[in-house]
Amino acid sequence: MKINEIVSLLNATMVCGRELGEREVEYGFASDLMSDVLTLETDNLLLITGLANNQAVRTAEMSDIPCIIFVRNKKVSQEMIELAIESNITLIEYSSSMFKAIAILSQAGIKPVF
Amino acid sequence: MVFEFEVQGGDFATAGNASSQIKKILKQLNVDHHDIKRIVVALYEAEVNIVAHAYKGRITANIDTSEVRILLVDEGPGIPDIELAMQQGYSTASSEVREMGFGAGMGLPNMKKNTDEMRITSIVDKGTTVELIVFINQTTS
Repeated sequence: MKINEIVSLLNATMVCGRELGEREVEYGFASDLMSDVLTLETDNLLLITGLANNQAVRTAEMSDIPCIIFVRNKKVSQEMIELAIESNITLIEYSSSMFKAIAILSQAGIKPVF
Repeated sequence: MVFEFEVQGGDFATAGNASSQIKKILKQLNVDHHDIKRIVVALYEAEVNIVAHAYKGRITANIDTSEVRILLVDEGPGIPDIELAMQQGYSTASSEVREMGFGAGMGLPNMKKNTDEMRITSIVDKGTTVELIVFINQTTS
C-alpha cells in the first residue's frame, strides 16, 4: 500500500516526506520499544509507535524503515523532522490510538511481521 | 579506510550520529544493503550502549573490501559479568534509557545476531571494549 493511501485512510497528517508518498509498504510493526524494532529483518516496513523522539527516527534509519506513524497525538519535533529528511523517512502524526491505527491498516491489507 | 567518531555519554539527542555517518559511508561504497543493515543495527545498539552507560567513548570503523571491523572503546563503569549481560532480558539501564525506547536487555544479543564475530572485554570502573566484525561482499552464488 502506498504511504499516501495510508495517510488518507487514517485521515492523518504527513509531517515530512511528502515527495516520498508513492512508496509502498507491505508490513506493519507497532512498538514503543525500539530494541524490538531493531531485531526485525523485514523490508518495506511501516513503524507505528507512541515514542516521539530522535531515537525512533534513528531506529527507522538503521532498520531501513521508510515510514513512521506517531500515534496518540504525539508531536514530531523539528529535530526529528531534520533527521527524517536526511534519511528519506516519511513521518506521520495520528491523533487516535495505536489500536485504532492498527485496526484500520490491518483491514486495509498491511500484514504483520510475525 | 579508517573512520573515527567520538561519543558523549548521556547525550541522547546525538545518540546514533556516528552510526548514521558510517551508514552513509557504507552506502557510498556500494556495500550490499542487507550487510549495511546488519552492520548499522549492531553498531547503533553499541553506540546507544555507550550513551546509556558510559561517560564517553570512541568508535573506530575499519572498512575494507571483505569485512567491516568496528571497535567501540568507552570509559565507564564496565560490565562486571559479561555472560550475564549477554542474556536476553538482563539490563541495568536507567529509567531515562527506558524512556528512550531501550534498556530491555536486548542490545548485546542483537549485536551478536547481526555480526559474524563479536568480542567484549571490560574492566569494572574503567570501561568496556566491543569489537564488531561483519564480513561483506560474500558471494552466495
